[in-house]
Amino acid sequence: MLLEVRDLHVEFTTRDGVAKAVNGVDYSVEEGETLAVLGESGSGKSVTAQAVMGILDVPPGRIAGGEILFKGRDLLRMKEEERRRIRGAEMAMIFQDALSALNPVLTVGKQLGEMYEVHRGMSRKDARAKAVELMDRVRIPAAKQRVGDYPHQFSGGMRQRIMIAMALALEPSLIIADEPTTALDVTVQAQVMDLLAELQRELNMGLILITHDLGVVADVADKIAVMYAGRIVEAAPVHEIYKAPAHPYTRGLLDSIPRLDQKGQELYAIKGLPPNLLRIPPGCAFNPRCPMAQELCRSDVPPLYPVTESPVARASACHFWKECLHG
Amino acid sequence: MAESLLEVKDLVKYYPLTQGVLFRKQVGAVKAVDGVSFGLRAGETLGIVGESGCGKSTVARMLVSLERPTAGSITYKGEDISRLSGRALKAVRRNIQMVFQDPYTSLNPRMTVGDIIGEPYEIHPEVAPKGDRRRKVQELLDVVPDLGLYINRYPHQFSGGQRQRIGIARGLALQPEIIVADEPVSALDVSVQAQVVNLLEKLQDEFGLSYVFIAHDLSIVRHISDRVGVMYLGRIVEIGTDAEIYEHPTHPYTQALLSAVPVPDPQARAHRERIILSGDVPSPANPPSGCRFRTRCWKAQERCTTEVPLLAVPEVFTSGPAAHPSACHFAAEKRVVPHMPPQEGGRPVGKDTD
Repeated sequence: MLLEVRDLHVEFTTRDGVAKAVNGVDYSVEEGETLAVLGESGSGKSVTAQAVMGILDVPPGRIAGGEILFKGRDLLRMKEEERRRIRGAEMAMIFQDALSALNPVLTVGKQLGEMYEVHRGMSRKDARAKAVELMDRVRIPAAKQRVGDYPHQFSGGMRQRIMIAMALALEPSLIIADEPTTALDVTVQAQVMDLLAELQRELNMGLILITHDLGVVADVADKIAVMYAGRIVEAAPVHEIYKAPAHPYTRGLLDSIPRLDQKGQELYAIKGLPPNLLRIPPGCAFNPRCPMAQELCRSDVPPLYPVTESPVARASACHFWKECLHG
Repeated sequence: MAESLLEVKDLVKYYPLTQGVLFRKQVGAVKAVDGVSFGLRAGETLGIVGESGCGKSTVARMLVSLERPTAGSITYKGEDISRLSGRALKAVRRNIQMVFQDPYTSLNPRMTVGDIIGEPYEIHPEVAPKGDRRRKVQELLDVVPDLGLYINRYPHQFSGGQRQRIGIARGLALQPEIIVADEPVSALDVSVQAQVVNLLEKLQDEFGLSYVFIAHDLSIVRHISDRVGVMYLGRIVEIGTDAEIYEHPTHPYTQALLSAVPVPDPQARAHRERIILSGDVPSPANPPSGCRFRTRCWKAQERCTTEVPLLAVPEVFTSGPAAHPSACHFAAEKRVVPHMPPQEGGRPVGKDTD
């Protein structure tokens, strides 16, 4: 197993109290596998990723418990020095907004080359040559001429390619992409997603794709973990989840996508709002918005029930997953 | 064509590019909108889709007179409103209101919800005399669900979806005929988007509103719109009813756009054809000659470089759903959106409409 997150808890201390952003998340990624983490804002999907990368703001953030095993070793027990060697070289991150993730006063060549200068101790000249090679690899036209350009001189799609190039520079075994195409236009989105998927196959990397877009997920992921209020509420292979969701939240998300055959009718909408993390409802966090909620849901936190074991492992954190699956 | 409530003709907006500090010499122009025409009928929803930089938001801003067009006309009830000023402009503005994209920046953080929604009455006191305002605001809050209790709160105490409802209530305050909504749901969470779309549709029925609905999310535009216009680099490249555009697109750009939409259903996805465009949208400061889409088009030929294709029903189509305006020399029908099979084990869904 390349990465295994076990019972992770992350809290943020705020003026109004402690916000429990992540409440016991488990997931794992194998080499060459794509895990999509799906959730709305505040679901904890990005915070989990930041904890894995070790770029969580501490304080106000705090890892309150759990393990993050990377190639069998717990990252949370490592010294910062050791984590720094792993970060960038063994695992890398692609951010949503390339314009603010890149340094505006350094050329892209310099920023790409820095990876080799810092981690590999290359000379500036060699690093620059490597930067051109990388830009070619992510199909930036006229890489040689553009290596001295600054981030603002590139279009959104090209900037996102540079982000991808930077993440791939040291051929890491794990890539975490946090909403990599959300800021891009649809026609460019498709190009960037295809590129990412292709490079992943080529290098046999594990990929964690964080997104709120069910459509993007479906195109590339092997399995999905749906998060709500800091927990995974459903985990399943992509095809299974679309065919028959086993959690009312997943079902609600799928049903609220406009469909051709429902034009003119009211769209299905999940009622209410995502919960305030300072005051997560008792029992199942989704119960105030759930059409199936019963007394049990208001009192007992549902564990992640196994739905099927084989041929594929599925799990749902709903007391009534059977009814949801078949209803 | 039926009588239009609002008629936009050859609308153009150029932003000058200048050089020098003292003598600001114009060296060029960003052609944000370059000849856009469409009509909006009473009670209908016209969707406008396109990628960033295509000029759709500039069109919206001109419709509500936040920008003055460089050329062209916007006719509302037989009067060109694009050149109005002073009192006449104020009167027209009352009837055309806007809902903005970002509910976080479009509400004044120092004003209470009641003051925000009541502010239009300060500018148009004839709609509600001073003593009556509180009641009017309360009425608006009742129309827009789950805000009724919070009249004295501030915007930061609300979530994105609630804030967008405040923005909608403000847009309705003056009882306008037309609402221009610029990406009203794109900043919201998926589970909340559907709530706001439903609210907009309910309000349309209730008050007989006409909408210009601008968005880049094609599936939401289709759901809400009666007609759809597709924009590319300052021009409308194809316009028609939602079925004409989505089921029978004839412009290559529309086809590429539709095929690029991520389809969540893996079954439907297996049936679709994907057209992946190469390159990026060219700069509107220096658009390609002839057809603006030719640099990314797989059908482009010599003629596309020299001759600007006009937005008209292509000659090859005489009748049927493919016969709608499309600005392409080589317009051809191509179906890219697959029929979605009914979801297995899902909530009951209706028949496939064609």
